[in-house]
Amino acid sequence: MTVTSPPMPPDHDDPGAWILEQAVSGRRRFANALATSWMLGSLLLALVPVVVIVVYVVSKGAGVMSVGFLTKNLAVVEQFAGGGIAPAIVGTLVITGVAALMAIPLGVLAAVYLNEYGRQNRTAKVIRFMADVMTGVPSIVMGLFVATIWVSAGLHYGYSGFAGSLALGALMLPIVIRSCEEMLKLVPNDLRQASDALGARRWRTVVSVVIPAALPGIVSGAMLAIARAAGETAPLLLTIGYANKINSDPLHGVNNTLSQVIWRNAQTPFAAQLDRAWGAALTLIVIVFVFTVTARIVSGRFATIKR
Amino acid sequence: MTALAPSPDLGASGLPPSPAGGKKVDRTFRAVAFSAGLLVLAILALIAYSTTSKAWSAFAHQGLSFFTSTHWDPNTNHFGALDFEFGTILTAVIAIAIAIPASLGIALFITELAPKRVRAGVTYVVDLLASIPSVVYGFWALAVLTTPLGHIYKHIANTIGKVPGFRNFLGGPASGESFMTAGIVLAVMIIPIITSISREVLTTVAQDDKNAALAMGATRWEMLRVAVFPRVRSGLIGASMLGLGRAMGETIAVALVIGSSHQVTSHVFFTGDSMAAVIAHDFPEATDLPRAALIGLGVVLFGITIVINVAARAIANRTSAMTGVGR
Repeated sequence: MTVTSPPMPPDHDDPGAWILEQAVSGRRRFANALATSWMLGSLLLALVPVVVIVVYVVSKGAGVMSVGFLTKNLAVVEQFAGGGIAPAIVGTLVITGVAALMAIPLGVLAAVYLNEYGRQNRTAKVIRFMADVMTGVPSIVMGLFVATIWVSAGLHYGYSGFAGSLALGALMLPIVIRSCEEMLKLVPNDLRQASDALGARRWRTVVSVVIPAALPGIVSGAMLAIARAAGETAPLLLTIGYANKINSDPLHGVNNTLSQVIWRNAQTPFAAQLDRAWGAALTLIVIVFVFTVTARIVSGRFATIKR
Repeated sequence: MTALAPSPDLGASGLPPSPAGGKKVDRTFRAVAFSAGLLVLAILALIAYSTTSKAWSAFAHQGLSFFTSTHWDPNTNHFGALDFEFGTILTAVIAIAIAIPASLGIALFITELAPKRVRAGVTYVVDLLASIPSVVYGFWALAVLTTPLGHIYKHIANTIGKVPGFRNFLGGPASGESFMTAGIVLAVMIIPIITSISREVLTTVAQDDKNAALAMGATRWEMLRVAVFPRVRSGLIGASMLGLGRAMGETIAVALVIGSSHQVTSHVFFTGDSMAAVIAHDFPEATDLPRAALIGLGVVLFGITIVINVAARAIANRTSAMTGVGR
């Protein structure tokens, strides 16, 4: 704690850090160091699980991976090795795809209402708030909901891929709405005004100007929603049943997903079942990461356009 | 009207020459978009109605003791859900006790400490953490984590667990599949959501305020304490509550590692069960009254998470322009 400190040496580029070194008491410096190590330690707590889980799933799953594993139907006698996970791959893609086909257009439309029409009026505020709240509804509750209104209701449609799609779609909807609205907000008002000045109606402005300008961001948000839905398990347990053979028809008959195969084979002592679960886990993680990374790349492009 | 029909080659600049007559289209478009928005409210209302009505027979059969009794036995039609409510709350509390300091630490690292390039990388990794499916978390934890954790728990139970005062929480027969393990796995799963909201809240603090504190000679930690934390307190509370809601609703990972047994206990190393986990395990096989009772658990879960989420959003919205945190 000298009153007159020497001038800052030229190799320091951060005057704040330099002043600290010169003039701060040990106790304060210790508290600061403690806080810094807390931040770094927390970071480690997040990094370690990602790395460990991914490495573990890849190494365990790679041992099971083969063309047959990806293309064959599920083994009839689960306790023995053999068979594949093709029904689960097809089911995951079809069920998630149908959910996306329902949730994304509806979500974009709702976002258009919120940002282009409703803005800050009371209805829009309520819808916006409840969409936020809806992102917090547990996925198992969404599954129960579809199980009651669709699978076992008076309608008696029974288990089907479509029932699963309904549940996943309901989970995706609020995510799509909120991420899409954020993207629409980023579209500069000048573009809308220019379109208005040319005499375009609001719907035309939205369809031809606003949405194209926000498209990469909308696509990115939608893909993140798809990635999340593809990994869901709980709602599907209650809605789609468990199929051993490929069923590409979402409307009829029981279906299957990778998440169900993992769930079912994870809770057993049999090596063959655990291997199957690891293989399914690797396949699922690859699918989910492909969507997540693509979303990143698309939104990265968007960021450079918007600067 | 034909001139107004949308043609595929219209780019951003290719607007129609005349707006006349588009009023009807405009009104229809608005109405369609509006109904898509209303769908959110409709679905939430329908969830509440359909699940409650399907669960009503169990509520009527059991009465208020549905919420307060610990006697759950589908074979004799006893449906006291307290064991599961307790498990849901205990695991979620363990989870946020771990996740809040960790998430805040990461968020502070991103906003205060990291150079720009590292910042993007860390955000990316935290997002990846969020994208790992919960069944993969659960399976990995069950296959890899439960055995070593069981040894650690036993060691703790035999040392600290013998000390009076700790005996009721850490003592007794410890199991790798337990409340504690479920809480740890949940903590990792909710770190991304608490981190991302905390980060957004932290970035709302004006740089001038921070600079002012630093100019007064504050260390970084002191700057955080005087200039940042007071500004973001309620935002961080909101973020933590969203994490709590997420933890309570999480199903699959908990179902895989909690051990599936019915008990209310202060011992965190014991096996237990949660509302969501018991629904996942039992619902596919359940019929009639037991099925209604499981739907009843869903109603309770829905009610709790809605209340928590409404409160969390309201608190978080109050301080900061908290925006579209979907995950």
